[in-house]
Amino acid sequence: MTEVNAARDTKPETVQMTINGNSIETEKGKTVLEAARENDIEIPTLCYHPGLESIGACRLCLVEVAKSSRPGRKRLVTSCLFPVENGLIVDTQSNVVRQHRKIVLKLLIARVPDSDVIRRLADEYGVQESRYVEREDADKCIMCGTCVRVCNAMGANALVTLSHGLDKYVDVPNKNACIGCLACALNCPTNAIPFEETDGKRRIWGKEFDLVRCWASGEPIGTLEQIWHFAKRSDIPIESFLKSDKVREREDAAESVGVKL
Amino acid sequence: MKTYRANVMICAGTACVSNHSLDVRKAFEEEIKKRDLEDEVQVVTTGCNGFCGAGPIVVIQPDGIFYQFLKPKDVPYLVEEHLLKGRPVKKLMYVPPDEEVPIPKMYDINFFSGQMLVALRNRGMIDPEKIDDYIARDGYSALVKVLTTKTPDEVIEEIKASALRGRGGGGFPAGIKWETCKKAKGEPKYVICNADEGDPGAFMDRSIIEGDPHSVLEGMAIGAYAIGVSQGYIYVRMEYPLAIERFKIALKQAREYGLLGKNILDTGFDFDVDIRRGAGAFVCGESTALMASVEGRIGEPRAKYIHTVEHGLWNRPTCLNNVETWANVPVIILQGAEWFTSIGTGDVSENPWGGSKGTKVFSLAGKINNTGLVEVPMGITLRKLVYDVGGGIPKGRKFKAVQTGGPSGGFIPEELLDLQVDFEQLDAAGSIMGSGGMVIMDESNCMVSMALYFIEFLVGESCGKCTPCREGLRQLRYFLKKIINGEGTVEDLEEIEIISETMQNASLCGLGKSAPNPVLSTLKYFRDEYIAHIEQKKCPAGSCRALIKYEINESCIGCLLCKKQCPENAISGESKKLHIIDQDKCTNCGVCFSVCPVDSIDIISGGEIVYHHEALEVENDKETSV
Repeated sequence: MTEVNAARDTKPETVQMTINGNSIETEKGKTVLEAARENDIEIPTLCYHPGLESIGACRLCLVEVAKSSRPGRKRLVTSCLFPVENGLIVDTQSNVVRQHRKIVLKLLIARVPDSDVIRRLADEYGVQESRYVEREDADKCIMCGTCVRVCNAMGANALVTLSHGLDKYVDVPNKNACIGCLACALNCPTNAIPFEETDGKRRIWGKEFDLVRCWASGEPIGTLEQIWHFAKRSDIPIESFLKSDKVREREDAAESVGVKL
Repeated sequence: MKTYRANVMICAGTACVSNHSLDVRKAFEEEIKKRDLEDEVQVVTTGCNGFCGAGPIVVIQPDGIFYQFLKPKDVPYLVEEHLLKGRPVKKLMYVPPDEEVPIPKMYDINFFSGQMLVALRNRGMIDPEKIDDYIARDGYSALVKVLTTKTPDEVIEEIKASALRGRGGGGFPAGIKWETCKKAKGEPKYVICNADEGDPGAFMDRSIIEGDPHSVLEGMAIGAYAIGVSQGYIYVRMEYPLAIERFKIALKQAREYGLLGKNILDTGFDFDVDIRRGAGAFVCGESTALMASVEGRIGEPRAKYIHTVEHGLWNRPTCLNNVETWANVPVIILQGAEWFTSIGTGDVSENPWGGSKGTKVFSLAGKINNTGLVEVPMGITLRKLVYDVGGGIPKGRKFKAVQTGGPSGGFIPEELLDLQVDFEQLDAAGSIMGSGGMVIMDESNCMVSMALYFIEFLVGESCGKCTPCREGLRQLRYFLKKIINGEGTVEDLEEIEIISETMQNASLCGLGKSAPNPVLSTLKYFRDEYIAHIEQKKCPAGSCRALIKYEINESCIGCLLCKKQCPENAISGESKKLHIIDQDKCTNCGVCFSVCPVDSIDIISGGEIVYHHEALEVENDKETSV
């Protein structure tokens, strides 16, 4: 979508459209979801992350759209991918939309029966009893791919999806690639990626990392691999990574009044 | 050029090769050498003839005498009788079902005479590994014609006027696709040939590439000239090694002849094609997944809100057509759009969606006598296709349904046998044209099991990216298995329909959107069969193991064969006395049923006999006479 980005960099063209009957103005190149959220219209999402490329995997952000030239011809689209256009009529809560979201949630709850996040959403959409078969040995992963995309964005590229269909799963085939940065676990919408930190060690994806401590405060900052990776990637001297956020804030405050600590 | 008195055309399509047709070729070569006929008789290996159920096939030209089921040991006799003494060998010829007199000539056989060859125009006539053979049959003259006498826009107009619609499944008019791609902004542009044929029982594209690779290459070159492209890709699955090999040879030869590469035929037009091999994922037949795979990424589809003709391969405008579509192009250029639109149904003078023009290649598989590949004009009735070209249903059984369009397609029942096969009518019947797979079912096929078969296929082939397809298939499989095991309820059918509706509307790509079709179309036409499974615990076709039992009837001759074969020792009885099956031990494996020489075993389901040997009497008579 390079051209979409290019459009964003140059002069933004405005677009007039309606969402749930309200006229809104937004910029060309945005998606329907972005336009809706700017205007405080809520659309549920699971695989969407504002910092990552959208892939339209969870199908929860479905909305109905129609063009003003043919308002009767409605189609279901994923709002995280569908680009805004002039005269677009969007309905985020129609009966059709709600019905399909409900079934998608019903399907998801059968996949991850133990997930509180999905349970809460399912309750909102009135999913009560379900006769669907629950997945055996279910974890909490809904295959939204956020972890893989965020790992890719971090430049570590340790996480990948393996296999396909019902057997698809996320794993770290090359353990050396994982830097233990927790970006996957902290961005997972269903908290499906377990990790733990005890005694100066961090464990994730079956790998144990030593935590580096701030030289000033002694607080754990992150893994050595993670710090190395970010220093190399950003070209910022590694020393500046070896301080905790609190110490760095204090230093910045002192520097702003002309004191060097 | 040397001419021969006779040409022995040996089929070297995948089916014939796997039945040892290359050994037959060797036998012919040896025998001809032994008899000193080398200057008179030439042995040629051709591409697939389509009559795959009868392989290995040999056609002796110019007489057009057709021989089937050849073995190397038949060859000396055949050479002596036919090639030396001029007496064609009757016992190796084709005999139609229910008849006794053999048919000597290839084009007198219903299977061949009912066909019309456009995409398969060189079938059985050329050696696919020789570019000269292709050129001798007007090959590359369409490319020469467009490069020397037509502007790119004129080519697009010709293809638009022909109303050629994509043969890969969608049926999108090729001319419009080319025009949109040409107008799209961005350079360079690409053309792609989709040869990732993945439907079970479909082998149209494989056969075209194996039998006539240059026709695809020429079509792509013409498209590239029209759109303004200098690089093409063909995406072939790894499971088609022979197709890949033959296409490689074709590329090499075309480059040597200056028909591919820089400055083709001194016209300033550059074009080349690379082969990309797919790992055999069904979903990679979907255009966006295919392009991701060509780029070297995971073959997963993306939303098509921005079309691939504008943002396709590496985000550049890309025109993707299927093998058969490309193979049609040279013929349209040579014969003209008017000729092409004279074949088929509907009126396309106003818009190309108004009808289905030209021919379509179908692969006939399943319960049909003439298993193989056929090309017929659009608008042929299903009845003609199944009974004339296909030769009807084997073993005297009754036709039940035909499944068209692969796993994404649907089932068409007997009452619609007079339906004209084209894009519109198949669509109206709740199925699709797809890429042309046809699986024929008879009364012994349980429709719930068939639906489950296709769902299982899709469970294995879904990419797993989006929720409705991945999780919906899991649930559909669960409910169908329940029904087949006699544990289903009427509410399960409602659940199936609700899940299917969400899958159709909310899935990301065409695979997910069409995945419930096998279930929905069987529910539409064979709902009573589902109900019989649920309410009477009966499988009317006698095939669901949990719902049937086998019983030996009084016609048993006491031959002990079933008793010996039974893996559970569930059959008791003495020689020449009626045998009995112990139902407590029996696991319904069906071995006794298949070994019984007199068909004394009945299938009982829901308290009724659903399969009795009388139905098979005709078949036995026939089999013994053969």
